[in-house]
Amino acid sequence: MVDTTTKTWHGIVLDVLKRNEVRLVTYVPDNVLRPVIDGAHADPYFTAFAAAREEEAVGIVSGAWMAGMRGIVLMQTSGFATLPNVLASLACACQIPLLMMVSERGTLGEFNLGQALVCRTMRPVLDALGVEHHTIKRLDETEFIVDRTIRQAIGTQAPACLILSPLLTGGKVLS
Amino acid sequence: MLRNTKVMNRFDLTQRLVAKLKDEAVVGGIGFSNFDLWASSGGQRLENFYMLGSMGLAVPIALGVAIAQPQRKVFALEGDGSLLMQLGCLTTVAAQAPKNLAIIVWDNGMYAITGGQATPAAQAGTDIVAIARGAGIAQSAWASDEAEFEALVDQSLAGDGPWLIAARIDSERAVKQTPRDPVLHRQRFMQGMGVRGA
Repeated sequence: MVDTTTKTWHGIVLDVLKRNEVRLVTYVPDNVLRPVIDGAHADPYFTAFAAAREEEAVGIVSGAWMAGMRGIVLMQTSGFATLPNVLASLACACQIPLLMMVSERGTLGEFNLGQALVCRTMRPVLDALGVEHHTIKRLDETEFIVDRTIRQAIGTQAPACLILSPLLTGGKVLS
Repeated sequence: MLRNTKVMNRFDLTQRLVAKLKDEAVVGGIGFSNFDLWASSGGQRLENFYMLGSMGLAVPIALGVAIAQPQRKVFALEGDGSLLMQLGCLTTVAAQAPKNLAIIVWDNGMYAITGGQATPAAQAGTDIVAIARGAGIAQSAWASDEAEFEALVDQSLAGDGPWLIAARIDSERAVKQTPRDPVLHRQRFMQGMGVRGA
């Protein structure tokens, strides 16, 4: 078990990815996810790089999984909103355990109306596609939710989405 | 360069490619690109992945395969309309510079499967090879005829990539359709990649 008294949420995420042999980390940058992205770049265990668009990252991680390498796509809420077609026609249709991690914007102090609106489409889209998703709100639940979600995705060959609530990360506020 | 290239046939060129392959992976893009790959392989080649949706993702999927299996050469077969949907992926390929990836672009300047409407690139006279070079894939070239297409494929099989080979093609529809069974294609491809047992 990870010692959550001294661990950060992003430290736990990186540890659990490693433990589950999730080596490929592709992302479209996000401020809240920066410590995960930086941590993945700093650790030679991971192959981490940016894609130009979230759909592209889904293709890369799907291709890698079919060839034997586990990966995850990191993005923010607005990036998730670009994905329904490729989730439906690639990850869901082919039964690929595509792992996604979304830092949630649009709620609990959002200052951008567009983010607040697009956020409301995320869970309905996941539900409509039947994609398992969990929202992580507490540090002491982070390890369990991330670990079990990865295991279930791989075990059942189904895509899954982890949503990082501002309650966990602090989110992004207008400075 | 573009105006000096011969207009060729996708099925003919796909057959020429497949005839040269051993254990290389091939990702066939949505529509006629994967239909002709299916027909060229008699539906038998396990190292082929047939994309039945996710328009624009042939190159990203092939990049993922190339990263996971650096010892295996990987080809992406993509139409010009599909590539236009995901042009940013050329910069990702250039940045990662996988030695084992080759991209083949079938350029007929149209959305053939939906009725032959011209792409904006065709109307604008856009040069896809110039885009690829500009994106940072230095080894990008037009195949001026069938012999040069084969020579470029031979070069990509023998040497370090990434490569991009573009071919002007006619408006012929695919000769057959790939069976619409995404899970079957995914499972067979994983067998071909040695990830799953037969």
